[in-house]
Amino acid sequence: MTRRVWTYAGLAVGLVLVAFPFGWTLLASFKPEGEIRRDPPTFLPDQWTFGNYAGLFERTQMDQAFFNSTVVALAAVAGNLLFCSMVGYAFAKLPFRGRNVLFGLVLVQMMVPAIVVMIPQFVLIARFGLVNTFLGIILPTVVTPLGIFLMRQFIADIPDELVHAARVDGAREFRIFFQIVLPLCKPALATLGLITFFTSWNAFIWPAVVAQSEDMYTLPVALAIFNSAQATQYGLLIAGAVVVVLPILVIFLFLQRYFVQGTTFTGLK
Amino acid sequence: MVAAVGTRAPLRRTGIAWLFVAPFVVVFAVFWAGPLLVGLGMSFTDMRSTDVRDPLGVDLVGVRNYLRLFDDELMRKAAVNTLVFVVTALPLTLGLGLAAAVALNSGIARLPAVFFRLGYYLPYITSIIGIAVAWRFLLDPDAGPVNQLLAAVGVDGPSWLADETLALPVIIVMTAWRSFGFDMVILLAALQGIPKELYEAAEVDGAGRWERFRWVTVPMLRPALLFCTVYSSIGFTQFMEEPLVMTRGGPAGATTSASLAIYNQFGSGNFGYAGAAATVLFTVIAALAFLQFRLGRSR
Repeated sequence: MTRRVWTYAGLAVGLVLVAFPFGWTLLASFKPEGEIRRDPPTFLPDQWTFGNYAGLFERTQMDQAFFNSTVVALAAVAGNLLFCSMVGYAFAKLPFRGRNVLFGLVLVQMMVPAIVVMIPQFVLIARFGLVNTFLGIILPTVVTPLGIFLMRQFIADIPDELVHAARVDGAREFRIFFQIVLPLCKPALATLGLITFFTSWNAFIWPAVVAQSEDMYTLPVALAIFNSAQATQYGLLIAGAVVVVLPILVIFLFLQRYFVQGTTFTGLK
Repeated sequence: MVAAVGTRAPLRRTGIAWLFVAPFVVVFAVFWAGPLLVGLGMSFTDMRSTDVRDPLGVDLVGVRNYLRLFDDELMRKAAVNTLVFVVTALPLTLGLGLAAAVALNSGIARLPAVFFRLGYYLPYITSIIGIAVAWRFLLDPDAGPVNQLLAAVGVDGPSWLADETLALPVIIVMTAWRSFGFDMVILLAALQGIPKELYEAAEVDGAGRWERFRWVTVPMLRPALLFCTVYSSIGFTQFMEEPLVMTRGGPAGATTSASLAIYNQFGSGNFGYAGAAATVLFTVIAALAFLQFRLGRSR
């Protein structure tokens, strides 16, 4: 019994350490700048204010960045849902020449560090005239190895008989894919959609390289640039961090089952 | 897998299959394989950002970029920082993840378990720049609550991120704090897959709590532990966002990682030199992953 108590105590201390930076920052975002810097500090705001948020949206184009982040993330989700499931279907259910070699290449892409290909990728994007466009931000990750793995794994578990029966009935592969396989993939698609959304929403380096004018910044880029320009205005900065982080946290709280499923998938591939 | 053993797939089927994999083939060829080869080629030239418009201005310089790497004080420092980061952050993250997973699997009630798992996983899905803003504020030498709390107990807190010896450890702790939830979820799933009978048999044989952990849990977790190690070491070897947003690699290069050093070379337009450093980094990562799989398999 005492063991159990110690386990709970340990877990609770861990949770406080994990949650502290979130909680403290969120509360501080509602304090006036003077109170944020007060010594000794206050835990709950003495004086609640939305001034930091008002100032943030006045001084930066965070609303535009919010819109940009949403567009980029949704486009990445749409691309990955369609393309990763197509590729995953071929790897799982269509025997074809070159399949093993190709699957090896999926593995290779997983190991290529982003920084290694970043410069040539940028030169390429520049040649295509896609610098400072949504398309330039999205294209390199419109289909991802992780997504292909996840969909291949899931589709492999769909009984072959289903696919065979449809083929015997004369259905074309694209019809089988869209009308039989995809509807069965809903749980995997939900997981993939969420993982893609938060990866894209949080992506920072590549969008910072491609987006060159303020009206094209995504949220992390806008916040990072504001961060280096305003290193001491904590009120505004903290409000910015909340704007970037909160949407993902809210989505996570409601749909955490699918997130955790996805992580487990990654580990069991 | 439905691999058609011994039968050759009909050509028509192969054609359709290639249509299905076309999105990957195109994106891989254009944005990954191509750039990888271009980067390799670039590393043997003196290409600079200004040469993008005029490729004729580029000269071959052989392995000069690679030789320059070894003489570059900052590059050497970045390599050492990366090594220190990986060998400390990796076991720390894995240890915390394992501890959390074992605690959550030790028979505590379902609802609190879900609650704790949720909480521990939060930092992993949070934007790094959001986290950086929060941590920089918490650790601010004057306005931050950490030093204010330390002052309350009579300790004069350091200026964490401006201190050459403390900045990297802070980033290591922050990374472990942020990433252990991922390892926890993977290890927890693996723990739940261990048959209860194994523990009962060990107990019958007189194994104590520690011995059961050492001789049942750890061996059964090996695949999951191997996965976490490989996955983290690939990720940690290329860390750069953390120092970029926390310290910009400073003070005095104390937190500059290999990737960040390459990023900075890119920023100053030294494409050829950056390409050489990137090629070395990729080689190290590929070798590391390969080695770990070999070690993990053979044991």
